[in-house]
Amino acid sequence: MKLINQLKTMAGENLEKCLKCTICTAYCPVMAVDPMYPGPKQAGPDQERFRLMDSAYFDDVLKMCLNCGRCETACPGGVRIPDIIQRARIQYGTHAPSLRDFILANTDLMGSVATKMAPVVNWTVGLKPVKGIMDGVLGIDHRRSFPKYAGRTFESWFKREAAPAQAGFAKKVRYFHGCYVNYNYPRLGQDFVAVMNALGYGVELLGGEKCCGVALIANGQAEHARRNAERNIGLIKAGPGPVLTTSSTCTFTIRDEYPNLLGVDNSAVREDVGLAVRFISSLLESGEVRLAFKQGFRKKVAYHSACHAELLGWTVYSIDLLRRIPGLELTVLESQCCGIAGTYGFKKENYRRSQAIGEGLFEQIRTAAPEAVVTECETCKWQIEMSAGVPVQNPVSLLAEALDLEATAKLN
Amino acid sequence: MNHREYDVLIIGGGITGAGTARDCARRGLSVLLVEKADFCNGATGRNHGLLHSGARYAVTDPVSARECIEENRILRRIAPHCVDPTDGFFVTLPEDDITYVHKFVQACRAAGIDAEQVDTGRALEMEPSLNPDITAAVKVPDASVDPFRLTLSNVLDAEMHGAETLIWHEAVSLVTEGGRVLGARLRDVRTGEEKEVRAAVTVNASGIWGQAIAAMAGTQIRMLAAKGALLVFGHRVNRMVVNRCRKPSDGDIIVPGEVVCVAGTTSSKVPFEEVDNLRVTPEEAALLLRESSALMPSLLNTRVIRAYAGVRPLVAADDDPTGRKTSRGIVCLDHAVRDGIEGLVSITGGKMMTYRRMAEEAADVVCAKLGNTAKCDTASAHLPLVEAVEEQRTKGEPLICECEEIDRAGVRHAVETLGARSLGELRRRTRLGMGTCQGQLCAYRAARILHGDDAEAMQDDLRRFLSERWKGMRPIAWGDTLAEAQFTAYIYQNLLGLRK
Repeated sequence: MKLINQLKTMAGENLEKCLKCTICTAYCPVMAVDPMYPGPKQAGPDQERFRLMDSAYFDDVLKMCLNCGRCETACPGGVRIPDIIQRARIQYGTHAPSLRDFILANTDLMGSVATKMAPVVNWTVGLKPVKGIMDGVLGIDHRRSFPKYAGRTFESWFKREAAPAQAGFAKKVRYFHGCYVNYNYPRLGQDFVAVMNALGYGVELLGGEKCCGVALIANGQAEHARRNAERNIGLIKAGPGPVLTTSSTCTFTIRDEYPNLLGVDNSAVREDVGLAVRFISSLLESGEVRLAFKQGFRKKVAYHSACHAELLGWTVYSIDLLRRIPGLELTVLESQCCGIAGTYGFKKENYRRSQAIGEGLFEQIRTAAPEAVVTECETCKWQIEMSAGVPVQNPVSLLAEALDLEATAKLN
Repeated sequence: MNHREYDVLIIGGGITGAGTARDCARRGLSVLLVEKADFCNGATGRNHGLLHSGARYAVTDPVSARECIEENRILRRIAPHCVDPTDGFFVTLPEDDITYVHKFVQACRAAGIDAEQVDTGRALEMEPSLNPDITAAVKVPDASVDPFRLTLSNVLDAEMHGAETLIWHEAVSLVTEGGRVLGARLRDVRTGEEKEVRAAVTVNASGIWGQAIAAMAGTQIRMLAAKGALLVFGHRVNRMVVNRCRKPSDGDIIVPGEVVCVAGTTSSKVPFEEVDNLRVTPEEAALLLRESSALMPSLLNTRVIRAYAGVRPLVAADDDPTGRKTSRGIVCLDHAVRDGIEGLVSITGGKMMTYRRMAEEAADVVCAKLGNTAKCDTASAHLPLVEAVEEQRTKGEPLICECEEIDRAGVRHAVETLGARSLGELRRRTRLGMGTCQGQLCAYRAARILHGDDAEAMQDDLRRFLSERWKGMRPIAWGDTLAEAQFTAYIYQNLLGLRK
C-alpha cells in the first residue's frame, strides 16, 4: 500500500513535463514494427492521466513495451516514460505472474539450481521435444536458444582461485557481478578480475549480492525486486569505494530503477556504482594507470550500443576504451535496439516482434562482418549470437584478450 | 419572420434554459430555445463541475443546502452518465477553527446531508493527496458532474419531445404590444440576419445577461456579477472532492473531473460590461494556487494547464460588495405579477446544482398561464444518454486529440449528430483541446475534418480557437505551460504559417 502511494505521487510529478512534442515515438523500436502498440507518449504520459482517473483504463498492450528506454533518451523534457509504463504495469496489472514468468524472473534461484546440474540442463533445454514442451506449456518460444549454465558459479571460483591473491593490493574495487556472470558466464568475471589486477586494483565481492531485480520488475514481481534492492543497497553502503559492474542493465537498474520504480533510496551510494569501462576509461584519462598491449594483436569488431548503456549515457567510455587498442578495427554500429530486452524476447507472444525489432541491427552486423560484436549487455549477446551468428564480447573481455596482462601489471 | 408561433420561447442555452426547455416540452408545450453563442457558453461551462452535497451552504444558507442535497439525489438517479460519484471531504487545517467542525456536521445533518466525521488517518488513506497535517475530516456526498454533458442531455430530451433549438442567435429586442411580450427579435450573430419569433410566453433564462433581457421589457432585475476564477491542473490529483472546512471563502475546493482536477474559486464583483470578456488576473491565480496547495501540497508540483472564470448571476439581496452574502436561492419572477408585463417570466439566481428545480418552477408559471395542467416529471424521468464521444471510439481510427483520446469517429459523431460546426463547438461536445497540450496537436487535424478544403474558414477557426486557448494559459504561463504555449505558437506560426 505504501509503495503504491509513493508510486502514485512519483507518476504524477513527472508526466507533467511532457510537452507532446512526440519525438519519443520516432525512437520507439516497438512502434516501428507493430502498429498495435500505441507508442511511448500515448502509453506513458497520455494514458497515465486516464489511469489516474480510473484504473480500468490500464491496457495489457503495455506489456509490449521493451523498457529499452530509447524514448527517455530522446525526450527533451526529461520525462521518465519507461518508468511511467513500468509503474503502471506494477500498479494496475492484475494477472498474477505465470509459472513461465516466475521462471524467467527468478534468475538467481533458477541459476543456483541449474549450475548444479549444468550439463544435464544445457543438454535438456536444447532438445527439440523439451523446446516443444517449453513452448506449448510455458509459452517460451521454441526458436529461442537458451543461455548455457556454467558448471561452477563465479562466486565459487572467486573464493577458491582469486580471493587469496586480492589481499596483496593496496587499492580495492568491489564487483557486482550479477546473475549472468555467476551462473552462465563466469569467464567475464574472471576477465574483469584479471584486468583490474593488472591495473593494480584488488577485487572484492559484496558478499551475498542478490539479483539486481530487473527481470522481477519486468515479470510482475516488484515486491520481490524491492527486497533485493534493499539488500543490495545495504551491502553497497556497508563498504567503502566504488562498486563496478560489467552489465549495463544491472547498473541501470541499481542506479535508476531502484529509486524511480521501486522507491528504494540509493542517493548515498548511487555515484559509487558504475560500469567497469567508465572507471577504467577515467583512470586512463587521468593518467593514473597505463596499458601494455600484446604485440601484433589484430581483431575486427563492431560496437553495439546496448539500450541501457545508451540510457546511462556511457557508451562513450566503451568506445574510448576500444579506440585505445592498437590493431583493433572498430565499426561503431548505428544505435538500435536488438529486440530481446532481457526476458521479453523469450516469451512466445513477443518472439516475432523481438526479431523484427532487431532485424535492422542484424543486417548492419552482417554488412560489417566483424569477428566479434562488442557490447556491455548479456541479453544483447544472446540475441546477436543467435540471430546474427557472430560471437559477442563484453568490452572488458576484449580488453583482457588484447592486453599483455603481465606487462600491464608492471606498469601500474 | 418565423411564421410559427410557439407556446414558449426560452432565451438562454445554459443549463437553466436547457432544463426549462426539457420540462416544458415534456409537458406538451411547443418550445423554441435560443442561445446567442453555443450551449454552455456562460456560467454553465465555467464552473468547477461540482455536484454539491449542499454541505458548503449548510451553515450559512440552510435553504440552499437542503435544495442541493435533494437535487444531488435526483441527478444521481436521472443522469448517472453525467455524474462521477467520488464523494467529498471537508478538511480542517491546523490554522482553522476546529470548533467549526462540530457546528458544520450539525448543520449538515439538520439539512438532511449525510455528513460523517472520519478519523484523519483513515481520511489520508482514502484521499492520499490531502495535506497530512489536517486536524479533522468530514465525509459528505459531494460528487463530480459534467456540465456539458448534462446540458446536452437536457437539450436532447427537449428535442426528443418536439422542442426546437437555435444556437448563435441573440435576442436583440423583445416584441411588445400594449404591455405584453409577444416574442423576440433574433439576430444570427454569424450572418447578421434578423428575424422575429413569437411565443405566448417568453422565458428569460439568460443568467447574468438576464438583466439586459429584463431591461428590453422595460423593467429591472438588480443583479450582481460575481466573478469566480478557477485553475485546471494537468491530471487528476485527488480521487474525491476536497473542501476546506470553514466559512465559504476563496480557494477552498478542488474537484476531480474527467482526467483533470479543478481548484476554485474566487469571488469578486465585476462591472456588467466585462461579463463577456472575463480575464483571470495573476493575483487570482496566485491566490488559488496558495490556497489549494494548502489543502493538497502536491498541487505545487502539478502543472496548471489553464485558468478560467465564470460569472455567478446573483440577485442582489443587500449591499454586500463581494457578492458572497447574496442569496443563492432561486428567483422566479412572473413579470405580470411583479411589473404588470404579461408574457414574460424570468428564472434566475440559483445555481447549476438546482437547475432542474428552477426549470420546474419556471415551467409551472408558464403552464399556469397557458392553462396546461400536465405534471412535472423531470425528477423521475431519466435523461437520455448523450452518447459519450469515447464510446464512439473505433478500432483503427486515428486519434485526433491525443490528450483527451478523441478519435476521428468521435469527431465525426460530434459533427454529424451533435451539430458541431467549429473547433469551439467541437470542444464543448467532446473535450477536444481541453487536455495538457491545449489544442497543439488536435486543432489543425480537427479543423480539416470540420472545414474540408475551405482554407479561409479553417484559418479563421484556428485563429479564434488558439487565441481562446492562449487566453486561458496566459494567467498561468510559467514553467511547462509556457514552454507548451511557445511550442504551439512555433508549430502554428512558423511551421504551418498561420498569420496572427
